[in-house]
Formats: sequence, structure tokens, C-alpha cells
Amino acid sequence: MNDDTPEILPPKLDLPALDKNVFEFRALKNSFLTVFVWVIGILASVPLFSVIFMLIVEGGSRLDLEAVTAIPPAGFETGGGFGNAILGTLIMVAIASAISIPIGIFAALYLSILEPSSKVATISRFLSKVLTGFPSILAGVFVYAVIVITTGTYSAWAGGVALAVLMLPTVTLAAEEAMRQVPQKMKDAAYGMGCTKTQVIFKIVLPTALPGILTGVILAVAGAAGESAPLLFTALFSNYYMSELAEPTASLSILIYNFSGMPFENQIELAWSASLVLVFLVLFFNILARVVGRSKFRD
Amino acid sequence: MTTKSDMGEFIAKAYQPKGPVVLDCQVKNIYYGDFRAVRDTHIPIEKNKVTGFIGPSGCGKSTVLRSMNRMNDLIESFRFDGSIHYHNNDIYNKKIDPVVVRRYIGMVFQLPNPFSMSIYDNVAFGLRLNRFQGDEEEMVVQALKRAAIWDDVKDKLKNSGLSLSGGQQQRLCIARAIATEPDVLLMDEPCSALDPIATRQVEELMIELKQHYSVALVTHNMQQATRVADVTAFLGVDISQGGRTGYLVEMDDTKKVFEDPQQELTQQYVRGEFS
Amino acid sequence: MVYDPFKESSSSRTLSAPPSSADYLKDSLFRFFAYFCALSIIILVAYIVIELGIQAYPAMEKHGLGFITGTTWDTNQGIFSVLPEIWGTVYSSLIALFIGGFFGIGIAIFLTQSFVHAKLELTFRTIIELLAAIPSVVYGLWGIYVLIPLLRPVADWLHETMGWFPLFGTELSGPGLAPAALVLAIMILPTVAAISADAFRRIPYRVKEAAYGMGATKWEVILKVMLPTASSGILAGLVLGFGRALGETMALAMLIGNVNEISISLFAPANTLASLLASTFPEAGQLEIQALMYAALVLLAITFIVNVAGLAVQQYTMRKFEGKK
Repeated sequence: MNDDTPEILPPKLDLPALDKNVFEFRALKNSFLTVFVWVIGILASVPLFSVIFMLIVEGGSRLDLEAVTAIPPAGFETGGGFGNAILGTLIMVAIASAISIPIGIFAALYLSILEPSSKVATISRFLSKVLTGFPSILAGVFVYAVIVITTGTYSAWAGGVALAVLMLPTVTLAAEEAMRQVPQKMKDAAYGMGCTKTQVIFKIVLPTALPGILTGVILAVAGAAGESAPLLFTALFSNYYMSELAEPTASLSILIYNFSGMPFENQIELAWSASLVLVFLVLFFNILARVVGRSKFRD
Repeated sequence: MTTKSDMGEFIAKAYQPKGPVVLDCQVKNIYYGDFRAVRDTHIPIEKNKVTGFIGPSGCGKSTVLRSMNRMNDLIESFRFDGSIHYHNNDIYNKKIDPVVVRRYIGMVFQLPNPFSMSIYDNVAFGLRLNRFQGDEEEMVVQALKRAAIWDDVKDKLKNSGLSLSGGQQQRLCIARAIATEPDVLLMDEPCSALDPIATRQVEELMIELKQHYSVALVTHNMQQATRVADVTAFLGVDISQGGRTGYLVEMDDTKKVFEDPQQELTQQYVRGEFS
Repeated sequence: MVYDPFKESSSSRTLSAPPSSADYLKDSLFRFFAYFCALSIIILVAYIVIELGIQAYPAMEKHGLGFITGTTWDTNQGIFSVLPEIWGTVYSSLIALFIGGFFGIGIAIFLTQSFVHAKLELTFRTIIELLAAIPSVVYGLWGIYVLIPLLRPVADWLHETMGWFPLFGTELSGPGLAPAALVLAIMILPTVAAISADAFRRIPYRVKEAAYGMGATKWEVILKVMLPTASSGILAGLVLGFGRALGETMALAMLIGNVNEISISLFAPANTLASLLASTFPEAGQLEIQALMYAALVLLAITFIVNVAGLAVQQYTMRKFEGKK
């Protein structure tokens, strides 16, 4: 400040907030940080695009009819495929779904409508949340101890049950959430007409919550299809098409795991192709879940 | 609120019904947990009349209404002390399942609440629930006509009930409630979410409805009570014991309650001195 | 029969009828079944804990607490202990948490504080969700053939120029902690981002409005108001993401090198509890399986504690905002 400044200019001192330098610094910091989050956002998308790019380039080149139908090649063989692994994955996911979806939905009905604040519901809800964060390999260890040791063999059953253990909490929590979205006033209307709780559930809650439940269920299925750790020592692997459910069974994810570490070009190519198929399967379920989730009856 | 503490023991003069009584409601106490929501309220619902419930907010008028078809049983902490006789049977008899009660006593709620199904299915819902054997379609049409919504929806019975406007939704809900021809229709502020035009329509409908049904109507709007109700019950709030306990102050013919109320409290309320 | 005294007394016109006995039977059967299903989740968790406990019991008796403090896993001598695995599990998860947490929170801010057009926001959100959908084993494959070759020159350069720094103390000879932790970071990023974004969305609009009203810039609002308000929700996301990282198996088994060593170097191979299970279990003999069951129990205990902590923080956050309504 200049001492010579005449006294007629005091307002200049009263408005330090409008001083140009300060304003510029704040603006600069503002735009710097904005650029920064943009960079973070774009960087975080890089892995996805890289994975998809690699899958298409590496996996796509080898993806043909033989790859999706033939059985895995041995060490130095050329050709071969992973048809049995696709079948194995689908069958084990089907077993897991058949077990976990009904139990999960019924449990969700109990948690969301029948007795939402009972002790059993509170504990069950809490343990479901804990189970969703549960390392998937422990499901494999558990099922190994319970089924593989008891029956004496690795099997599609054991693999399916291990996947079911992982799906159950996901299905339960997603279905509960969907059922909670059904407006209370709609349930009140049904109770007011003299519905028993069961009738409220089957006539109102389930139909209304169906899109939401389906979304949750399909996402759980997608997750299960991509799982590998729980299958490692429950379904193990097999180089042949399955003839029954009580024998070691191949799956896409275990095939990828096994082939990824092999020193043979052919196997590594097949691992990429199998990954492409697996990701396609998982993404298909994901997109299906999104489509189904858009209900026409949403308020 | 001008309640004096010595009004703790006040009990309203019993209303002498002039016609047959369908639902005789005698509340001694209603509790939610330790909270005493309503005390000493005797309200008979007469046949083919509209009985209006008015009173300041928190006076328990909705609570009493919702006790009349045991909707409150859905709230865990709810306790009812007293009796409500439907014809000659106490609906709070231990042997009786609340579900059965709700089959006979219909209810229309504050917010329109159609199910997320077609308009037709909404109305047919109750018929199917009660295993109606006759001509379903005819009953649905009749209910829609009686609820004065037939002209609005006759061309789009397959559309979702949620696609209608608020006023139409509320009339659909009334059609749904009357499709099974319940003896009593409980209406819990059915117009509070509606615009004035829709409110008028629903009010006209209520006057029509009383030819067939007995209606109990909770309303926050005094003009509505004067327009629609034949008999009016005024409930007040007793804050003398620290809580907010509702109780019946006065019940009489609507005209009498509004033009010549016997209680000072009623007088102040209908004059609009508090709400 | 259903007790219904009303039918006779009510007017003859009414079509009301009580629920039939079949309706009541259905009702009780259904309630019982649903109850049983809800109970089955509790039974399942109890069964898992008990079964693992029983299976691990012989090993627990034999190795005691030395299992957790020892550093050798030698099948031939029958000596089993998992300190290197515990170290590897926690170390790799912490690095992943550091990177994934940073990016996850950044993305949460990016997606909730209106930096992008709603349509673009949805695209980014979908990308992050799909990131979570890619199977672990595919990330493992990608890590081996894309990430490791990419990291090696960088790692070698860092080692050569800054080898004195403990974090860069070894060469990256292939699989190792760095690629494993990076992939792990990618895998937990969606968890952190989703839960943090949720925490930001829970903040009532008026809080933001108040800050803008006082003349704060966008970033001052975000850093000084939004971030502190959402902090407990973000913490929940970080803890739950950490829990996820601790239990992640396949990608790690493929990328970390499976070597039982404790090293602070980012480029050294290491091992985790989960990948120890994955790589050793299929060929293990009875004694080793018992030891592995013990290791599984240790993993269960660690993840259980972390997850419960995360859930508790999340619960606290929800109450904090719902209570304010």
C-alpha cells in the first residue's frame, strides 16, 4: 500500500475478497483439482478397456467352433477347446441357483416382511452381510470338508453347493432390498382388504418386487459364473465331458487358471478364448440384470 | 390448546344413535407401548350414515378408525383395551383373526394406494380374495360405476392402476374397497392428497355410497365434515398427563355439533380457534 | 373351520368371506418355511465355523500359536506356520487399499459432485460396475500377460536407481507383490467407489447449499464440507474393500509368486493365506490339509473382524444421517 494514497479510496481496503490475486489462486486450484479427478476417472477406466481389448485380440483370434466344443488338449497337442468347461460351468451355476435362489428369496421374505425385527431376522441379515464379504475360497474349503471328504470324490454337486454358499447371501440381501422398495401403502391396502401375510406376499409383494428380485438374482448368477476359488477343490477339473454329476467337473475359470501357467502357446491362447467366453457370459448376465431392472410399474 | 388439567377424567356424554348401529366402538384405552394414544371414546357407527371424525392433529381419530378393522394390529406395540362390536360380535374377541375382520370392514386410505396391476385386477382383487363364485366382470363394472370412475376407465381396464391421476386412483381404491360389498367402509382422510376438484368428486361419491354402506370418515377439513357427515364425533387432545392422549369430547348430529356445540372446546374448534 | 361369527350377522348382500382353511394352512406352512430359510443362513455360518474348527483342530493342537508366529511351511518335515502368508495378505491388501482407496474416493467424488453430464456419469458408473464384474481369474491372466511385462521395465529402473530404498530392494523377476497388489487395487476400487459414492449421496443437499451460500468454491465445498461429512461412509467403504482384498484368491495365486518369504520390497514374490490354500490344497496330504484348515480358520477370523468393523461403521453412517431427518 502506498502512503500517498488519498483518503478518498478506503473502499479498496474493505474488499480484500475481490482482490484479483486471491481470486485467481482459488480459481486455479479449482480447475487443477477438476482436471485431477478427470484424470482419476479416466485412469480407472483403463484396466477395463485393456482387459476387454486383450480378450478380443488374444481370445477372439482363437474363438471358433472347435474351441467351444472340443475337449482340452494335452501338453504338446495342437487344437482342442473347452466345451466341457462351458458345460461344467453352466451346470454348476444351475445347481447353485436351484439351491440358493429359493432359499434366498424365502429368507428375504422373512427378513423384509414376515418378521423384519425379530431376533432371527436381525442375526440372519447381519450374517448375510458378513457372508458377502467372506473369502470365496473358504466356501471351497468348507464344502471340501463337508461333501468331498464325505462322498470321497470331487464332483459337480460339491462345486454347485460351494457356489450356492456364495450366492445365498447375495440373493437374500438383494431380494430383501427389492421387497423393501414395495411401498408400505400398497401392503396396507392388501392388509386392509383382509389378506393374510402370505396372501400379501404372493399377491402383492412378490409381483411388485419381481424386477428388483430378478436383477439381484441375475447379478448373483453372474458372480457365481465367474467364481473359481470355490471350485478348485470341490469340482476340481476334468479333461472330458461329464457323464454324471458325481465326478470331477471342468469349469471355465479353473481351465483359465490351469492353462494360464502352462508353458505352451496353444493352452495360453485357449485360456484367453475361455476368458472371452467367460467374460461374455458374465457381462451378458449383467446387462440382462440391468434390462430386467427397468420395471414398467415403478412409481 | 386450552385443555385444563382437571379435564383428565372428562368423559363425553354418550351419543344416542337414532338408527340401527353397525359398528359399536367402545374404546377404553389404546396404547402404543407405554404411550396412551386414546382413552374413553365411545362412537357408534350407524347404518347408512356417514359418521365424521374431526379433531386437532394428534387427537387419535385415525388411530380409532384403524382400530375398527384391526389395522393397528400390524403395529407390534399396539394394545387395545375396550370392545368394538360388529353387529353383535366383538371384533377384538381373542378367537377372531384380524384378517377375517378386515374382510368385512373395508378401508380407504389417506394416500391412494392402487396395486401395481391393471385397473380391472385391482377391483377384482377383493372378489378373488373372497373366492367370489359369480360373474366377476359384472361385479367389477358395478363397483367401478358406483365409485363414479367407470366413465374414466372403461376403455383402459387393462392399464396399470398406477397410470391414473391421484383423484382417479383414490376412486379406484374406493371401487376396490366396495367391490366385495362390505357393510362398513372406513375412510381415513381420503381427500387429503387430492386437489379441490377431485375432492369434490370423492365427497359426492361418499354421499352416494351411504345408501349402500355405512361410512366412517376421518377428516381434517371441517367443511368436509359439514358437507358429508350426518353425525360428527369431535376428539380432543388431553395433554394434562404429559402425553398427548386423544379422547371423545362430543358426538352428535353434524348440524348440532357445528351450530350448537355443548362443549366449550368443541365451540373453539369449530370456530377455528385452534387446529 | 375358520372362526367367523360375522357371516351370519352381516348384511346378506356382502360378498366377504373369511380365508379358507386351506389359506390358513398355506399361511402357516409358508411362514414356517420362510422362517427355516432365514434360519438356514445362521445355521450355515455356524456350520462353516464349526466345521472348519473341527477340521483344523488336530493342527491347532499340534502347532498351537506357533502356527501364526513361525515362518516355515515344510511338508517334508511336517512344519507348518503362516506368518509370511499373514504378512503377505495384510501387506498386499494394504497397498491395494492405498491405491484402490485413493482412486475409489476420487471416482466417488467424480461421479457424485456433478463434474460430468448425467449421461456420461452413467457411463462411468457402468464402467466401474463392470470392473467389479470381471472374474478374478481373468484379472489374473491379464496380470500375467499384460501387467507384469508392463511393470518390469519400471520396476527394474526403480530398483537400479533407488535400490537402497527398501520398497525397491529386489528385482521383479516375474510374479510379485507389485502386480498382485495393483490387480487387487483394481478389484477393490468398485467396492470403495460404490460405498463412498453412496455416502456422498446421503448428504442432504442443503448442506452443500449452505457451503456455496457462504461463497466457497466447488472444491472448497468438496474438500472442506462434503468429504468430512461423508468421512464415516468412506471409511466403511475402505474397511469393506480391505476385507475384500484380504480374501481375494485367484488373481493373487496367479500373480504373487507363492513364495513363503517376508520382504518389504514391492517387487519380491510373496504369498497370501488365500493363495496358499488355492495353490497347496489340491495336492496336499492329510497332515498338510489339517494345517491348511487351520490357515483357513485364521483367514476366516481376520476377514470376519475386518468385515464386522466395516459393517459397524456403515451402520453408524446410516444412522447418523437418518437420525438427522
